[in-house]
Amino acid sequence: MDKFGFTISKGRQIDWEANNREIVDFIIEREPSLKSCIECGGCSATCTTGNFTSFSLREIHILLKRGENEPVRDIIKHCMLCGKCSLVCPRGVNTRNVVFLARQAFKKYDSYAV
Amino acid sequence: MNKHIVVIGGGTAGMEAAGQLAQAGFAVSLVEKEKETGGHLNDWYKLFPDRRNSSEVRDYLKNKVSSKNIEILTGTYIEKLHSNKDGFLLSTRDGTELKADAIVVATGFDLFKSSRKEEYGYGIYDNVITSKDLEAMFSKGEITLNNGNSPKMIGFVHCVGSRDEKVGNFYCSKLCCVTAVKQAIEVREHLPESRVFCFYMDMRMGGAHYEELYREAQEAWGVNFIRGKVSEISESINNKLVVKIEDTLAGRPLKIELDMMVLMAGMEMSEGGSKIAEQTGLKTGENRFFSPEDHHYANNISNIKGIFYAGTCTAPMNITETISHARSAVSEVINYFNNSRA
Repeated sequence: MDKFGFTISKGRQIDWEANNREIVDFIIEREPSLKSCIECGGCSATCTTGNFTSFSLREIHILLKRGENEPVRDIIKHCMLCGKCSLVCPRGVNTRNVVFLARQAFKKYDSYAV
Repeated sequence: MNKHIVVIGGGTAGMEAAGQLAQAGFAVSLVEKEKETGGHLNDWYKLFPDRRNSSEVRDYLKNKVSSKNIEILTGTYIEKLHSNKDGFLLSTRDGTELKADAIVVATGFDLFKSSRKEEYGYGIYDNVITSKDLEAMFSKGEITLNNGNSPKMIGFVHCVGSRDEKVGNFYCSKLCCVTAVKQAIEVREHLPESRVFCFYMDMRMGGAHYEELYREAQEAWGVNFIRGKVSEISESINNKLVVKIEDTLAGRPLKIELDMMVLMAGMEMSEGGSKIAEQTGLKTGENRFFSPEDHHYANNISNIKGIFYAGTCTAPMNITETISHARSAVSEVINYFNNSRA
């Protein structure tokens, strides 16, 4: 019998209630400057890694804030911790430390073990 | 100087203008449609950006108009306005006739009627309120849901009736962003266990100390800012407000359940102002506010000689700007008489 190729698409909606924001909470507790982020994208624009891969610290930050942790788990490893992002941040966020802490947080919480 | 000026509108602009005119030696009649002067300030508990008590500014204005040169007519409005060779003749709804050598129009703004944005459910869902309703709760000192409980998840929708072609308002009301930030902080202060979300299209923090307040909301109060226009609010079976929005920074649709939603109503030309415009032929702009002769250097001058504008009847303004604008209207009135004497 022919296969019709129907599939069920996974929903794209961010479900605030269903999501778990323990990773971002872990980071903010240790690096409160992240709370001042205004999503300008300066960090992503200056990022060497971001120029060659899909790594974007701005996007990573928003995903973690919404509890969309899964897509961040692997991409966070791409950062080379050069710290250029910290130099351009207009709100003085210690972005380099954010990446560092994100990696720690993923290690800490088993379900997202790196 | 025995000139008589009628100031139409007893809010911030009208009171400031009346006070300054009286100080300059004019006889002033201040006409206010409500029972009390003070305008929208009466509905606001605290003011941005420093969260001072609004009564301090109200007291300043009340003091300003307590002059023997000012006659205050409250609970009435101007029904007819004619000009003749001697100046103007006005009559109020209760039949008082007023002669004026010049008129200062300070008819202010109306808050956008939030029920017009039906998709947000104001007047349909109990726990969808407006920024003004929230101020009344602050005055009372308690923020409660319709059933008397404390809300835990509270949202603010920016740009309700502003920057929205669907309701005919293209312009930015410019005060709602900072008001939302102020109120978000106040909610967090009242309810330390609560979570607060601001749903915004752009954060327009253009005034002095606004950006600082925004930063304080983020850093000290943990207010969450989500960029996107709320598309609709519905109510779930357990009385939660289900909000749908595109989180435009994540590039994904987002769904969140809240206990209470506050609509940041924008500013519109007041009904009273529109009536006066219709009656007199005073020019209005595309935004329906009065259109001054020049937006840069003749911002108080109307297209009718002897009629001047003060405050938010020309555009959305904060209180600082309103007071400055009212003062500059008075200086235009003074110039007008000096020049016509010459």
